[in-house]
Amino acid sequence: MFGVMFACALGTAALAADPVVCAPGTEMPVMNPAIFDTASPPAQQIESMAWLVMGICAGIFVVVEGILVYSIVKFRRRKAQQGDPVQLYGSNPIELAWTVVPLLIVFTLGLVTIRVIRDVERTEPPEGAMEVVAIGHQWWWEYRYVDPSLPGGQVVIANELHVPVNKPVWLRLESADVIHSWWVPALSGKIDLVPNHTNHLWFVAEKQGLYLGQCAEYCGNQHAGMLLRVVATPQEQFDAWLAAQAAPAVDDPSVAMGKSIFMELACSTCHTVQGVSDGAFAPDLTHLMSRQTIASGVVPLTRGNLHAWLDDPQALKPQCNMPSLKLSDNELDALTDYLCTLK
Amino acid sequence: MTSLPANTTVQASPPGVMERLHGWAITVDHKRLGVMYILAGLIFFVIGGLEATMMRIQLLKPLNDVLTPQGFNQMFTMHGTTMVFLVGMPVLLGFGNYLVPLMVGARDMAFPRLNAFGFWLFVFGGLLLYFSWIGGDGLYGAGGAPDVGWFAYSPLTSKTFSRGNSTDYWILGIMVSGFGSMTTAINFAATILCMRCPGMTLMRMPLLVWMMLVVAALVIMAIPVLTAAQAMLLLDRTLGAHFFDPQQQGSAILWQHLFWFFGHPEVYILILPPFGFVSEIVPVFSRKVIFGYALMVAATVGIGFISLGVWAHHMFVVGLPPWLNALFAASTFLISVPTGIKIFNWLGTMWGGRIRFQTPMLFCAGFLGMFVIGGLTGIMLAVVPFTHQLSDSYFVVGHFHYVLFGGTVFAIFAAIFYWYPKVTGRMMNERMGVWAFWILLLGFNLVFLPMHFSGMLGMPRRIYTYQPGRGFELWNLISTIGVPVQIVGVALVVWNMIRSYTKGAIAGNDPWDAWTLEWSTTSPPPEHNFDRIPTCTSARPLWDVKNPNDPDCNYE
Repeated sequence: MFGVMFACALGTAALAADPVVCAPGTEMPVMNPAIFDTASPPAQQIESMAWLVMGICAGIFVVVEGILVYSIVKFRRRKAQQGDPVQLYGSNPIELAWTVVPLLIVFTLGLVTIRVIRDVERTEPPEGAMEVVAIGHQWWWEYRYVDPSLPGGQVVIANELHVPVNKPVWLRLESADVIHSWWVPALSGKIDLVPNHTNHLWFVAEKQGLYLGQCAEYCGNQHAGMLLRVVATPQEQFDAWLAAQAAPAVDDPSVAMGKSIFMELACSTCHTVQGVSDGAFAPDLTHLMSRQTIASGVVPLTRGNLHAWLDDPQALKPQCNMPSLKLSDNELDALTDYLCTLK
Repeated sequence: MTSLPANTTVQASPPGVMERLHGWAITVDHKRLGVMYILAGLIFFVIGGLEATMMRIQLLKPLNDVLTPQGFNQMFTMHGTTMVFLVGMPVLLGFGNYLVPLMVGARDMAFPRLNAFGFWLFVFGGLLLYFSWIGGDGLYGAGGAPDVGWFAYSPLTSKTFSRGNSTDYWILGIMVSGFGSMTTAINFAATILCMRCPGMTLMRMPLLVWMMLVVAALVIMAIPVLTAAQAMLLLDRTLGAHFFDPQQQGSAILWQHLFWFFGHPEVYILILPPFGFVSEIVPVFSRKVIFGYALMVAATVGIGFISLGVWAHHMFVVGLPPWLNALFAASTFLISVPTGIKIFNWLGTMWGGRIRFQTPMLFCAGFLGMFVIGGLTGIMLAVVPFTHQLSDSYFVVGHFHYVLFGGTVFAIFAAIFYWYPKVTGRMMNERMGVWAFWILLLGFNLVFLPMHFSGMLGMPRRIYTYQPGRGFELWNLISTIGVPVQIVGVALVVWNMIRSYTKGAIAGNDPWDAWTLEWSTTSPPPEHNFDRIPTCTSARPLWDVKNPNDPDCNYE
């Protein structure tokens, strides 16, 4: 049942055993990032074209390597052979042939390219598309759902893009620092996120499930730790999820100590919790516990991992920008408890 | 000063070590400079190879922690920078230095002192780059070796994201060695255009000389663009200019245009001289004249021109307008045609020949087999939408290593085995050479073939580690297993070079029964190359001498 996503089982007694605090998507099919296992029109178009291109290249490969191997076997010097063979300086018809034939082949490939470019690199959003802004940061992803009907006009989330199944998505790509690249192979090819230069990318997730990918443009120390996750759900579930994300942060008085640590230490200068803090340098934590992972997909979100992450982020994700805050054990527990209430 | 007694005779004693070192340090002889270029390049080749080995060890299994993220990033930055600027260019320019004057029948390069200056600039640039391991910390205590990639995309190179001085070392080291490459290129062009021996018209030049001429032109056009871009970056970093700073209306994409305007001709700078080696070696070992000399020349010049107009195919996912992508795809397709012509002409040369499979020819055959694969994956990468999936993935790493290792390095090894007797007067060991070839062929394919598959499975380049369960494990494991095999292959070649210097069979002037002018002089050649300046009657002057009844000049 997909509804598990929102029913985060937070049993305090069981926490010591490091259960998955929030187990969304454990039953979801996972789409590994392979370019020949696609579930979206642009990726499918690229895939079918890729088979054609690889077929042509395989043909050329067989012919050329065949001639090479044949020459090596057939024309190696035999013991009995004396002197030099007939000198052949060239042949205009033959040379013309192996100039014109490759020209025709690449002309064909050029036509194929142009035909698919037009469909894949759209300059206008597809009809009925939902626009989402994706912003690359060192080393995590921010997504903004802009919709005037939402309270505040937009919903900001981090690292886990949710989309409705079978609905075109028009991603507006921007960067807050250096160049990144958004690549979920099952959905579409990659496009870079360039600072001060807006790009777009589109896809339609045709299957429910979790699509994996990761940043594809070198962006510094933790380039490898900038993983992409796209969750595709039926429209109703997506709507429910979006409504839940738009809700204000849970304010649970039982974790007041953790909250005050969050406010007094550096946490709140970088992280936003709606109605509590408004830091803009790090992932929005308003509904942290609705996600499956932390540290941009590096580890699953469990209470134990969250605890370890707050204790020493550099151990889980070396050289990332989250500092180690040197908290005492009590402070760590309190802060973890507070974050665990942010459902 | 005391004067010698009148009856003392001055005896010429063999020069001591200091004397010989001094001779190498002050030399302006193109042959000695060529040898020094090649040896220095090979030393950097070993260093760059060790850096690659570190990366492969780190990627042996998912979530490995042999290297820190930054340590890994420094490795691939230094590996790429070293292999392109401190191995590929100096080794190839070194062969050009050694061979061009000999092949055109000249006594030296046009500007011998400038030549020496260029070599020492390259050495100094390389040392400056490697000094960054020590000096990159700068005043900030941040840095070490550069970690911005050999392509150094802005704004990752800005002071904000790259503190310390590591990036400055990258800029200055490459800039200095770039000046060296410029002087060498000018020297090549002047030597080839002005100092050919009597009878050697442009269309009688050996194909290697043609390729070096086109390479010289490409260096002269491409390197200044890189130097300018680096100067702009240096201004950004040190004086607060904003050329590449998007926060201040600079452009991150401008850097990419400038860098690749240099970067793509650079690829042809690294592959045209190997084309030249193959064009010299394949005919000699097939015992046939090169098939379609004129078309080969045309294809070379064609590649030179087209290579200046393909740079944005490195930028297909940057978000350029679709029509521009289509245009650069078209020019990229176009450049595959003259490259294909060359391959067919080499095959045409082998066809009907009596091929002797000694080590140089083995490496040339390996070159042909492997380079074709790199060329075909290159065509796949020219198909823009396909590149939306493949770019910045391990597929690209596989692709360009088939071009630069299977292509350039194999051809360099062929050239080493082929010209070693000319340079030292001794043959390299044939048995060891054959072993080295097969081991390298195996190791090379073990390392680089799996990268195509991991790339297609979605593994991006330049990641210091990868997640388990995504299908990357097996391919990375095989890649890493191939590394020791390759190390053995390279070690065999190096050992062969060292051992043959004293133990190799005496070569004589012309051990391969070849046709170009360098084989008409002694091995090693005297300092002035030729006792008498040769004359040239065709593209194969020694063929004409050896076959006076049926000389080539009858067929021109």
